[in-house]
Amino acid sequence: MQQIHNLFSGTKDYIASADLQNSVNIAAALGRPLLIKGEPGTGKTMLARSIAEGLKKQLFIWNIKSTTKAKDGLYIYDTVQRLYDSQFGDHDVSDIKHYIKLGKLGEAFVSPEQVVVLIDEIDKADIEFPNDLLWELDIMSFDIPETGETISARHRPIVVITSNAEKELPDAFLRRCIFHYISFPDEEMMAEIVRVHYPDLEKKLLEEALKAFYWVRSINGLQKKPSTSELLDWVQALVVGGISPEKISSELPFLGVLIKKDRDFYAVLQRLNSQGTPRKTSTHGFLR
Amino acid sequence: MFINFFYLLRSYGVPVSITEWMTLMEALSRGMAFSSLYGFYCLARAVLVKSETHYDRYDLAFQHCFEGIETPDELTERALKWIEKALPALRISPEERKLFQEWDLDELRRQLEERLREQKEEHHGGGKWIGTGGTSPFGHSGYHPAGIRIGGQSVNKSAVKVAAERKFRGFRADETIGVRQFEVALRKLRQLSSKVEGPKEELDIDETIQSTADKGGLLQLVWSRARKNTVKLALVMDSGGSMIPHTRICSQLFSAVNRATHFKDLKYFYFHNCIYEHIFLDAACHLRNSLKTEDFLRILGPEYKIVFVGDASMAPSELTMINGAVDWNLSNSEPGIVWLHRIAAHFNHVIWLNPIPAEYWRWTEGAYTIALIKDIIPMFELTLEGLESAIKKLKVKK
Repeated sequence: MQQIHNLFSGTKDYIASADLQNSVNIAAALGRPLLIKGEPGTGKTMLARSIAEGLKKQLFIWNIKSTTKAKDGLYIYDTVQRLYDSQFGDHDVSDIKHYIKLGKLGEAFVSPEQVVVLIDEIDKADIEFPNDLLWELDIMSFDIPETGETISARHRPIVVITSNAEKELPDAFLRRCIFHYISFPDEEMMAEIVRVHYPDLEKKLLEEALKAFYWVRSINGLQKKPSTSELLDWVQALVVGGISPEKISSELPFLGVLIKKDRDFYAVLQRLNSQGTPRKTSTHGFLR
Repeated sequence: MFINFFYLLRSYGVPVSITEWMTLMEALSRGMAFSSLYGFYCLARAVLVKSETHYDRYDLAFQHCFEGIETPDELTERALKWIEKALPALRISPEERKLFQEWDLDELRRQLEERLREQKEEHHGGGKWIGTGGTSPFGHSGYHPAGIRIGGQSVNKSAVKVAAERKFRGFRADETIGVRQFEVALRKLRQLSSKVEGPKEELDIDETIQSTADKGGLLQLVWSRARKNTVKLALVMDSGGSMIPHTRICSQLFSAVNRATHFKDLKYFYFHNCIYEHIFLDAACHLRNSLKTEDFLRILGPEYKIVFVGDASMAPSELTMINGAVDWNLSNSEPGIVWLHRIAAHFNHVIWLNPIPAEYWRWTEGAYTIALIKDIIPMFELTLEGLESAIKKLKVKK
């Protein structure tokens, strides 16, 4: 087992909560994949980048699509190319190795240094996909039957897997993972996150924007609650538009940046008109 | 204490397996809890709990197990400084452990305060002073079954307090259910087979070899169709007055089913309290927009999966007697229960979703009819968990 020399503690543009740092370090030390779930826009994908940057390791990203097969991440044997080449006879087709290409996971295994692998949105793939990867992620090695080669990881990569909960993942797969749910940041942490992106932001503007943002989120029945990335865009719009902080809560300028659905848009406006300026945000609304 | 925690978690409904428990032990033996209860809280949660819907149960179990192990804030600051230079964690034998079992928390607190007053310097090892690695009940990395943890790894908040906040209550699967979660659950309902429709995008190796050989070795690729979901679903909903309190949850289920695009066929039917000679095509349950139940059984092949949604609560006569139907203009020459038997026999998969929570089934007004129907058709409560087990049932042949 390798030692983890430096512990992950977030990077300058990515604020990780103490819980999350803990989970990352646990996963890295135990050599288990880290499964990340959370509301959209809480920075699941960014986490892997931040780990790679923070620990100064190379990052391999494997984007999963609905047609992705587990084997694609390990290697691809381009049979069709080989067959075509054989017809024209201008390539040496006797060596299968020319037609084997390693996938992202395969590349990570043969890398001379420990790397970070991001398997992004694993739930997009077929329901059996995670099961097909079980063995490879467990022992970090796989065979290529076509050439009789065995590819084993020189250093167990740090594997980060993100999921949007579109599909339930199989139990056997979950048992082997370290799990972390990124909960939506509270106001204090959010302020920190915004400050990381816009260090020169006026304090008053930030406070007002956050107040309005959490008020909008607290409205019941929104189809899509605004998330961190929308807040960041909104703050930028407010700054560029030169909006004075007093107007933010009462007028919610550039609301279209926060709210992406028609119905939600009217719901927020209606709420704003009936209630006037957003007052204290109530968090109880979430739990009902 | 630890193994208790394992069973406690399971009894609180967190599905912890031995694999995960062994992982936790491995992590603990490598000091990954950072010798603090909060560290342990995070570690155990990351390793043992695999869904945010179980976070709340984990919090409850944790609270139950570790209640009373708290750090009095006002005392810690001074003590923390002494503890900074830690000794490795200490293990003790069961005989030694007995010595500590009679400590109680108030007594401990009193003693801690006293000892803080007496102690003027750092101390590590040994059995009395506040420090690390010893058997004194105060400090960290030491062992004292009833001890008070002081600090450890920069976290001042007590783990039990964190657990007690129950931040993840909103995620419980048995409490919050929305359309989306229903949809996710419904997506599990699929069965792949047959290659009849859809674009041809899979390479058919056998055919390719055959046609290449036919062309005298000139490569000829043949593509075939990918497999599709073949599940056909019929939703049969009760639209009787007793269902009004459950409208919201039923409409959530309805829209989730409606939005699901992965079924090969999807049909809706309605009934009023129980099924007799006619089954209705809309929620108004008018005869003019209805289908003879006989025809329903004829048109829908046994491969349709039937999902009843209803409270199954009615007067016993409505279920068991001829002409028992509540509606005046409907007469039935056979009791409803006969029709239910017929439907259950015709289809390979039939289940019943009941919006009344399962724990009330024996006590509610409709308990008698619920019990009768439950015997004919497997019944599940209409919650996310209930739906999940219902879907499992729908996937296996009866």
